[in-house]
Amino acid sequence: MTQYVLKRLGLALLTLVLLSLIIFFAGSVLPGNQGRAILGAFASERAVEALNHALGVDRPLITQYWSWVTGILHGDLGTSSQFHAPVSSFLFPALWRSLKLAAVAFVIVVPLSVLAGVLAALYRGRAVDRSISVTGLSLTSVPEFVSGVVLIVIFAIGLKWFPITANPPPGTSPLGQLHYLILPAIPLVFVLFGYIARMARAGTIEALDSDYVRTAVLKGLPRSTVIRRHVLRNSLLPTITVIATQTGYLIGGLVVIETLFNYPGLGRLIVTAANNKDFAMLEAGVLVIGIVYLGATLIADILYTVLNPRIRFEQAE
Amino acid sequence: MSHEEPVDPPAIPSATKASLQDMPAVLDPTAVALLPLTGAAGAVDSSAGTIRRENLRQLVRTPAFLIGAVILLWWIVCALFGQFIAPYNPVAGNLLAFNQPPSGAHWFGTDALGRDVLSRVIVGARDILIVAPLATLLGTALGTTIGLVQGYFRGRVDTFSGRLVEAVLALPVVIVAFLFVAALGPSAPTLIIVIGLVFGLLISRTVRTAVLQERDLDYIAAARLRDESNAHIMFVEILPNVTGPILVEFTVRLGYAIFTVATLSFLGFGIQPPTPDWGADIANSYQYLGAGYWWEVLFAALAIASLVVAINLIADSIEAVLIR
Repeated sequence: MTQYVLKRLGLALLTLVLLSLIIFFAGSVLPGNQGRAILGAFASERAVEALNHALGVDRPLITQYWSWVTGILHGDLGTSSQFHAPVSSFLFPALWRSLKLAAVAFVIVVPLSVLAGVLAALYRGRAVDRSISVTGLSLTSVPEFVSGVVLIVIFAIGLKWFPITANPPPGTSPLGQLHYLILPAIPLVFVLFGYIARMARAGTIEALDSDYVRTAVLKGLPRSTVIRRHVLRNSLLPTITVIATQTGYLIGGLVVIETLFNYPGLGRLIVTAANNKDFAMLEAGVLVIGIVYLGATLIADILYTVLNPRIRFEQAE
Repeated sequence: MSHEEPVDPPAIPSATKASLQDMPAVLDPTAVALLPLTGAAGAVDSSAGTIRRENLRQLVRTPAFLIGAVILLWWIVCALFGQFIAPYNPVAGNLLAFNQPPSGAHWFGTDALGRDVLSRVIVGARDILIVAPLATLLGTALGTTIGLVQGYFRGRVDTFSGRLVEAVLALPVVIVAFLFVAALGPSAPTLIIVIGLVFGLLISRTVRTAVLQERDLDYIAAARLRDESNAHIMFVEILPNVTGPILVEFTVRLGYAIFTVATLSFLGFGIQPPTPDWGADIANSYQYLGAGYWWEVLFAALAIASLVVAINLIADSIEAVLIR
């Protein structure tokens, strides 16, 4: 078990190093002359050189990458070129706000989609199943800003049930803040719903078709007991992993939702950074998303081993 | 287990190849070279015509497929002949009639510059229907090649490229594409190449899995005994037997390519104004939502939604038919 966890941890670190190289390549190599990109075509060569020197991008690439990585290990994420201030002073408050929004989406989507998936499996092939599958498929494929716009038009402008932005005025109570976060959370719920429901359905069907469930039915156990004790325990195992790995996806969806609802989270920070050619901020923001995702996957994998005795014993051998 | 496509929700259960096993292993090499590049179900038709024609007939009987096909066809017509269908010039504004609500003259109203929203929605189908399919084609060709090489050679090549793929996929597709397009500067070719590369990595995993199931079968051993080259075995022997999963991947990815292009356009890093584009138009108008100008964003949003849902209905039907 310990050996397995250590191995997974090592692989995750390796992936992280590769990821940092890819992000560095995109953020520091591809843009070419960063000073020129920031100052525009009409700036003098001297000004561009001075800015490049100030940004540290006139150093060899190896040096730049090394100082970027060692800086991160010391908690220094670089300096934002648009705010002339440390990236971390913007990044962490934004991440916190994003996590709040993500949490609201999760609390809504998990029970809803698991229930729908199990229902679809129990009524496999019937109208309930088909309507859940088609709804899930359609909702999953629609971009968040599209469903977001439709929701704003209906619930914020038409019915006036919810505010049009996600950003509450300072001093709003936690319950009041929640009121601001529900509408932005729904498009994220839409995208996740179909995916989680599909996994829950597949897992439940697999369990329903298994020998132990047939045995339980044949020995005369009531249907509800069979489903509760034999089906659900086994069927929801893969779903747990899927839910955990969806965290990474959720952060990606936030980029769009935060822009649409004017919410100062990590996603909008990245978009603003890209618009202002603030590559240090962009790189740090994307790296944080990657770390959140890798962390979630790691936890999901370990959770899966802890919950599934079969894998646990295999590892022990 | 948890590494399987965690980043994008429209997941595809790895397609089985049961229905494809009866296909002959060797096909006309020139036709095979074109295989991963052909999109429509009919185009993959080969000498094993009966199975394919049966699939096609089954597909045409699926209501979900028909609904999706009709919607997609409508948007393709708009993309091709939009200028002739649109009642007004989509880029010419009328400053005397800006922010007008829907009326008899302007069915979908006008935007902040007085441009007719209906005309912009119709012509807006064009660029996204050029960029997204091209990106998906590039991704499919690339993913097929990578997947064949990974699955066929395995060993160190497979391990290394697998790690690289995993690192890229540790980020949501939209974020990877956003990062690279932001670094390179947005343009249609950049969008196609960036999305094509990322999709190539995603598709390579499915192809690799399918190839792994094939590589130990007898016909591969026979080809080795005949002393065929590796390239011949990969592209002439294995490829025809994995076209099913590749076709399913193509249609599913096409829906996701439209998702990605629309999202990037909305964020300002996709199709650039003044070209009419649904995502970019929503980005330009959503800040006026507070003033109640809902028609400037709602119709473009519904257009995107109908297009992605249509393609997903088609993809789902093809998958169901090929797996059964």
